[in-house]
Amino acid sequence: MQLASPSPDIAKGGTSHANLEVSGLRVDLGASGRDIVAEISLTVQAGQALGLVGESGSGKTTVALALLGFARPGARIVDGQVLVAGRDLLTMSPPELRELRGSRVSYVPQDPVSALNPSLRIGEQILEVLEEHDYGGSHAARRERMDAVLSDVKLPGNRAFLRRFPHQLSGGQQQRVGLAMAFACVPKVIVMDEPTTGLDVTTQAHILETVRQLGREYAASTVYVSHDLAVVSEIADHVAVMYAGRIIDMGRAADVLGAPEHPYTLALRQALPELKTRRVVNGIPGVPPLPGHRPAGCGFASRCRFAASECRSEMPPLAELRPGRFVRCVRVNAVRQSDVEPAQLDEPSLRPPSQPGAILALRNVRAGFGDTEILHDINLDLMPGKCLALVGESGSGKTTLAKTIAGMHAERTGSIVFRGAELEADSRKRPVETRRLIQYIFQNPFASLSPRRTIGSIIAQPLKLLTDLSRAELDEHVSRSLERVSLRPELVARYPDELSGGERQRVAIARALAVEPELLLCDEVTSALDVSVQALVLKMLRELQRELGLSLLFTTHNLPVVATIADEVIVLQDGYAVEHGPVSQVLHAPTHPYTRALIADSPHLVVTDEVAAGGGETGGVPHP
Amino acid sequence: MTGTVGMRNVADGSEALAVAPALPRVRRRRPPEVVVVARRALRLTKTKIGLGIVVFVVGFAVVGPFVASPPPKSIAGAPFSTASAVNWLGTDALGRSVLSRLLAGGWVILLCGVIAALIGVGVGAALGLMASWRFGLRDEFIMRSLDVILSFPPLILGLLLVSVVGPKLWLIVLAVALWHVPGTGRVVRSVALEVRRRDFVQMAEAIGVPTWRIMGGEILPNITSQVLVEFGLRLTWSIGLIASLSFLGFGRQPPAPDWGYMIYENLVGLSVNPWGVIGPVIMIALLTVGINFITDGIQRSVIGIVRESDAAG
Amino acid sequence: MRERWLHLSPLAWFVVRRLLLGLVTLVVVSMVIFAATELLPGNAAQAILGLTTTPARLHAMELQLHLNQPFYTQYWDWFSGVLSGHLGHSLVDGRPVSSLLSNRIVNSLTLVVLAGAIGTAISIFVGLYSALHRGRWLDEVLGVVTLTLAALPEFVIAIGLVILFATVVFQVLPPVSIVPPGQTALASPRLLILPVVTLILATIPYTIRMLRASAIEVLESDYVAMARLKGVSSRRIVVRHVVPNALPSTVQVIALVLSWLAGGVVLVEYVFNYPGIGQAFVDAVSNRDAPVVQALALILAGFYVVMNLCADLAAVLLSARTRTSLQ
Repeated sequence: MQLASPSPDIAKGGTSHANLEVSGLRVDLGASGRDIVAEISLTVQAGQALGLVGESGSGKTTVALALLGFARPGARIVDGQVLVAGRDLLTMSPPELRELRGSRVSYVPQDPVSALNPSLRIGEQILEVLEEHDYGGSHAARRERMDAVLSDVKLPGNRAFLRRFPHQLSGGQQQRVGLAMAFACVPKVIVMDEPTTGLDVTTQAHILETVRQLGREYAASTVYVSHDLAVVSEIADHVAVMYAGRIIDMGRAADVLGAPEHPYTLALRQALPELKTRRVVNGIPGVPPLPGHRPAGCGFASRCRFAASECRSEMPPLAELRPGRFVRCVRVNAVRQSDVEPAQLDEPSLRPPSQPGAILALRNVRAGFGDTEILHDINLDLMPGKCLALVGESGSGKTTLAKTIAGMHAERTGSIVFRGAELEADSRKRPVETRRLIQYIFQNPFASLSPRRTIGSIIAQPLKLLTDLSRAELDEHVSRSLERVSLRPELVARYPDELSGGERQRVAIARALAVEPELLLCDEVTSALDVSVQALVLKMLRELQRELGLSLLFTTHNLPVVATIADEVIVLQDGYAVEHGPVSQVLHAPTHPYTRALIADSPHLVVTDEVAAGGGETGGVPHP
Repeated sequence: MTGTVGMRNVADGSEALAVAPALPRVRRRRPPEVVVVARRALRLTKTKIGLGIVVFVVGFAVVGPFVASPPPKSIAGAPFSTASAVNWLGTDALGRSVLSRLLAGGWVILLCGVIAALIGVGVGAALGLMASWRFGLRDEFIMRSLDVILSFPPLILGLLLVSVVGPKLWLIVLAVALWHVPGTGRVVRSVALEVRRRDFVQMAEAIGVPTWRIMGGEILPNITSQVLVEFGLRLTWSIGLIASLSFLGFGRQPPAPDWGYMIYENLVGLSVNPWGVIGPVIMIALLTVGINFITDGIQRSVIGIVRESDAAG
Repeated sequence: MRERWLHLSPLAWFVVRRLLLGLVTLVVVSMVIFAATELLPGNAAQAILGLTTTPARLHAMELQLHLNQPFYTQYWDWFSGVLSGHLGHSLVDGRPVSSLLSNRIVNSLTLVVLAGAIGTAISIFVGLYSALHRGRWLDEVLGVVTLTLAALPEFVIAIGLVILFATVVFQVLPPVSIVPPGQTALASPRLLILPVVTLILATIPYTIRMLRASAIEVLESDYVAMARLKGVSSRRIVVRHVVPNALPSTVQVIALVLSWLAGGVVLVEYVFNYPGIGQAFVDAVSNRDAPVVQALALILAGFYVVMNLCADLAAVLLSARTRTSLQ
């Protein structure tokens, strides 16, 4: 089925031509007739970047792969046109497609490690794409080109480096190799699928800068897929927001993100923590519909606070509100009238502090593995009822510190005092009461819940061990904890794999709360969650903290989250505490250069036309 | 499957393709993993065929001794006489009824094989589980000395022991079981170590759940399927080994009927009455192949379950 | 740099350590073998002289055979003898064990080498083909065939082949290997066919399944998907991506499977009456001929240990990741 009108041109009036034009793209689940994504139409001009934004289940990766004519096993491209420099990929034969991939249109994957062949040297893998497309016609020309692209992505070009295997490189270097492979044959279209996920903030900032630069220099059309609104706003000229397999919002980045006109985009804005402002974040309750389970009307209707009856009966069309501005919603007017910025944080605790002085005090704590020392001389105080954030990049020691306090990591020296008493290094040697009062929550909610136990049994496990409640009292406690985290008590009979990631993380929190602890150690508990779910969990933690007078130790690498949830913050660099103080002070007037670099490198939501001017600066910390 | 929704950084990308069937909404407690695995395995044709074959052979071997007539040890005709109305499969080297001996000659091999596999896998799994917990010098030493057993090809080990003590059945069973111990121990140890590293086990350790409880409640349920697959494989090998040793003359001694030995003693008359050889060969073949089909079905079902739970989060 | 000969790279250390471990294992194995056979009821002196002999002569023979010495002395006598090539004398006919073995070792080696080489070549082709055409009809059929073969004990395969090709169904090949004394089996190649085919059929199911599984794992990996997105051709994917990544586990399995041939060779030679060390071993066990049992068990176990060693080394050395992480 051909679309009657041509693909929407969001940069109407421009004189440069479009390298990428997609119209009516539809990808189905196998032969089932149910679509994963449909009605996808977009255009990207040369030298411009389009951010494709969506959370998990939105279909953005499916679209990204389809831009190369690729569908994952189990998916099939059934309709539409993908024009790369005027040629339709979807009508090509496999040899023609192979010719185009890597040379005219290339792909940068999300996970650099798994995208590189572990048995081939780096140099060979970059050369491979040049050889396969016979770039330059001679070996010498190819080597020259490889040197050129390596310097473009800021990787050393010497022989020793090229002879390395992928596992001998850092994460940032691996991703740069991915970039080199993508840019090697000077493609017209580059598709990047969340290329900086999993990288440190500093590394991410540098990669983003490189990507921006290359896109312009090569005059390529870039499609940047991401769930991170802030990152997208820093790099993209235009944005397309996806939800439940459809594009629901599209236009200039500043317009879409600065003045949202679709309820989902608005909700995403409100869920995004902001580094400079301490404010409440609001999540989006519910879950997006999966392929095959999508309702007849708007996919977002069940979670939308503006939803009306006409939203549920029929899918709204993607309407062009103004030249270049497309929104798929019939309630646009209501959305325009509501406020983007939610209320500021400042409610006092409901309970007085449980004791005078710090509830947790660390002095000269060192921890390590065998000969290697990871944490050097840490000192901190946590006041009762407050939240202390531990910020650092990977390898900074924040998880080790949390585990050391929890007693899961026993190789440490120094003193940890909890409620006035010294803590044993190994939690198994601690008295029962102490084990009850300190609870730990892991980052990955699937790994932390036993797959063979019911939710009820999971929550009851610490209760049974650390308290002596009767059977009836146990059941009551379990139900109550589930209610506290806004989960239905019927879930006690379910198993973890029946729940979503956000629900599982809430179960982990319920398990920790069930024994009525005083100190919660939250180890990157929202890092694996979508923004909207993260906001729910953060808000919930904040409220629970107020209600129950909990003290929180929250580790994260994400500075904006710190602004939302913490009262005080400690910045860790390579195992050293380089800065600490109240959140507002540290985030607004940092003293240590590392903190300053972290703040500068953290992506922040850009809602003006800064992008055209080259975006933000990087922090000045050397490349990984 | 609502598993991946709300979570980023899932290994296979951001969307879950609903390739596996939707999980039923159970209201009751889920059956133990073994049952789930078995049910899934039985959906495959291969498993069903295997099960059918095994049931047939086991039935044959177990019921056989009671219905064998004329009695397996008595002479029923001239040596190597061909199939007749009286002796459906003819007679063997000494004139005994091949069919009777076939009916009565299987249960010993079957029983010995099962016992050897049970003991071997049981002891091996227990040792492997224990070795996954502590890492002291003593445990390394135990694992290494067990590995010496692994250095012997199983047949050689059995023959060696037999050359010393003589062809005693209990010895053969023990020798085969002994050979299974280190192999199973290694497999179980590595699987248990992997499970132990997972967060929920660390949580249990941290809050102070006693070791034995963790092993039984957290680790064991997550390794049962792999142990089951290992058992299936080793059962096949056990029966094969015991049949081989019987064939060489070191199993159940004549004049008692025995499939392995029958093959050897009737080999001479292969061109006259092949049934004396073909009969037991087919029986042993059916038994081992049937068990292997079932094991393969279970292995596939375990992999399928692992894939589904990975995709769910 | 100047102390390089002392400070070997971690990789070299690993190899050295593994070789030492292999050596230690061999020694321990030899001790076990010796200890096991020395538990024989009756003693060697009795067996040589027979039942009707005077106590005096028995005593003299025992002295001659050092049977009254403590265990470790006897062991050392034997072991040092082995190392210098003196394997003792057969209790059955008094002939030196080494003369018994020379032709037989060649025969058995012929079987093992032929089965190993041909089997490996076949499994590589079949395994790769199955992986590249996975899910199709031929792959499914091959899957069932390998599953069946893997289950069958070697002697069943051997007898099955005998029934099919030598006696009942067709009579094209000799069922029993009659090799003129003094010659090796290479002189009569027709005798080799059935034993070698049996060994091949007994071992290739495992290697085929392993290679197929490794190859599929690579083909379905993210980096191969990425290579396709770079526009790399299928042929190149197989050669540059599949082979190097599937190699380590495959070679490891091949080496392991070859080690099982140590046991397989015994059965196969027995069935076909093939004059190799396997057949000699079974005879010696039946006759309780301790010196022969000891010598042959040592050889067979030694072969097994060496192949396992190769398997371990292959697994580490062939994988780029483990190789470089040790360096």
